[in-house]
Amino acid sequence: MSMWELANPKRFMGWTAPVLPWAFGGAALCLTVGLVWGFFFTPDDFRQGSTVKIIYLHVPSALMAINTWFMMLVASLIWLVRRHHVSALAAKAAAPVGIVMTLIALFTGAIWGQPMWGTYWAWDPRLTSFLILFLFYLGYVALWAAIDDADTAADLTSVLCLVGSVFAILSRYAVNFWNQGLHQGASLSLDKEENVADVFWLPLLVCIAGFVLLFIALVLLRTRTEVRARRTKALMARAARA
Amino acid sequence: MKALIARDLRLAVRAGGGFGLGLAFFLIVVVLVPFGVGPEREVLARIAPGILWVASLLAALLSLDRIFALDFEDGSLALLATAPLPAESIALAKALAHWITTGLPLTLAAPLLGFLLHLPGPAYGLLLVTLLLGTPALSTIGTFGAALTVGLRRGGLLLSLLVLPLYVPTLIFGAEAVRRGVDGLSPTAPLMLLAAITAASVALLPFATATVLRINLR
Amino acid sequence: MLQVKGLACARGGVPVLENLSFDVAAGQALVLRGPNGVGKTTLLRTLAGLQPALVGDVTFAEGTGAYASHADGIKTALKVTENLSFWASVYDRAVPDDVYAAFDLSDLRDRMAGTLSAGQKRRLGLARLGVIGRDVLFLDEPTVSLDGFSVKMFADWMRDVHLARGGCAVIATHIDLGLDAPELELSPFVAASDARGGTDEAFL
Repeated sequence: MSMWELANPKRFMGWTAPVLPWAFGGAALCLTVGLVWGFFFTPDDFRQGSTVKIIYLHVPSALMAINTWFMMLVASLIWLVRRHHVSALAAKAAAPVGIVMTLIALFTGAIWGQPMWGTYWAWDPRLTSFLILFLFYLGYVALWAAIDDADTAADLTSVLCLVGSVFAILSRYAVNFWNQGLHQGASLSLDKEENVADVFWLPLLVCIAGFVLLFIALVLLRTRTEVRARRTKALMARAARA
Repeated sequence: MKALIARDLRLAVRAGGGFGLGLAFFLIVVVLVPFGVGPEREVLARIAPGILWVASLLAALLSLDRIFALDFEDGSLALLATAPLPAESIALAKALAHWITTGLPLTLAAPLLGFLLHLPGPAYGLLLVTLLLGTPALSTIGTFGAALTVGLRRGGLLLSLLVLPLYVPTLIFGAEAVRRGVDGLSPTAPLMLLAAITAASVALLPFATATVLRINLR
Repeated sequence: MLQVKGLACARGGVPVLENLSFDVAAGQALVLRGPNGVGKTTLLRTLAGLQPALVGDVTFAEGTGAYASHADGIKTALKVTENLSFWASVYDRAVPDDVYAAFDLSDLRDRMAGTLSAGQKRRLGLARLGVIGRDVLFLDEPTVSLDGFSVKMFADWMRDVHLARGGCAVIATHIDLGLDAPELELSPFVAASDARGGTDEAFL
């Protein structure tokens, strides 16, 4: 059996049903452990005090905000090349999750920014990029909502996602060029010198795992809803013809 | 392709609105700005490059929904799509016609309006150059957006939502080059990047526009 | 000149017609018949290549087909002559002089298309077919808003000019054009309610 058969709507509904509770359960477990560990069992940072602990929401949500768009891009490509309906519907289902992740990242960033930089908002390159990403998400969702025919909508939004990705990367570069920022460098990288200290790092990893699982669970749940909605429409169309 | 451009230009002249509306909008925005921020010469001079760029971008946006919508409604788009003219050529011709009726007049009018906003002396040449380099990108990106929303009722608002984020890099590099000129820095880097965006948009986006057009005409 | 084999086509992702096969020879017209909504427009758009067929083949020599929808594609701000010369240059041809007489447009040449009546506009839209010189025509309700005299004029052009010089045409119409043309009733080819190939199929 080729892995593409898993993308057949009926098979998809079949294999995702048992996966879903595990994804939600895993997300709940990881987030509880990670957040409790991070909030109550790590020391305060010697410069930032306890404000640093918002990192456990801020970093995972920011990561997922970008990776959701990336997942939508891959799903759009699969739809355009192989025309698997579930792929297009998964991209549609992921977009609102991406919007929420972007908003969480922006809001937690603002809350963190006030004590650190003395301002909730600055036109810093990273912050600005996230605001632009938010606009891209809005346009993508609005285009899905505006088109009646499901396949036309899938085609057009996929092309928009492709073109949008290129311009989103361009914007990131342009914004860097336009204003050097306040934002600290990457919190996690393979270069050890750059990393946050180990005591913060481990609970952060658990939180990131929690966010990834939550994303998977939400996207699967929403995709299943989209598949059901499409099936309802298809059955009604067939009944109307018979 | 020439025939299509010539027809669109003739229609823009005859139907009024083509050349005139965008320019009038540009003028009005520039006139409104001092009412909003006050008449002080220093303030206006400081924000003039940005205002002129943003205003010309919005003026270009204003006429985007006419690019394909009129041809779609009267059926000529479907006839064009079955004519021996590839959809890519249609996309390019439409973008070029939009640029000639909107981008070019805006570019030429911008220095005059810069005078109203006390634009500093060294910026005039740069404003002209950046708009000349940047407006073709605005037209091709806008044509892509117009093709995406061509079949939709009330597509105009959605079109703005789709196109404006795509305009961000062009705006940043364009306005940045003028600002650097005002501050006495070298504008070469943003100018090169602006030219690169325009070149890439003109070369590649017509393919995306053509794909989207074919989908919308199905 | 035009061969259609085992064609099925869909509207909005739902199959409407299936198992269509027919040939149209040079000098021959085929008239499509069927009640509203049976899929005449969908079939013509599929034949013209505007939308993909679900299955089946449509064969005619490349660069010989042309499509005319029930919208005329006339620019109201252009003169009659300008409308026609635009299409002529898109198809890389010159406007033949006799086309004005054939579609009774001689007196209207310099009028703005926007000032024409509905029937006159339709005649202008049909005159486009005389200008572009394509052999295989797909015509969707070409006689809408034409009076009896104009219908006869169009039928005459179709018979004496287009078909006579070896062209062919597939025409969807509800009226009798007075052409000596075979008719194809589409009702028997309406897709079964469980027909395959629609975009919804994967979900059923």
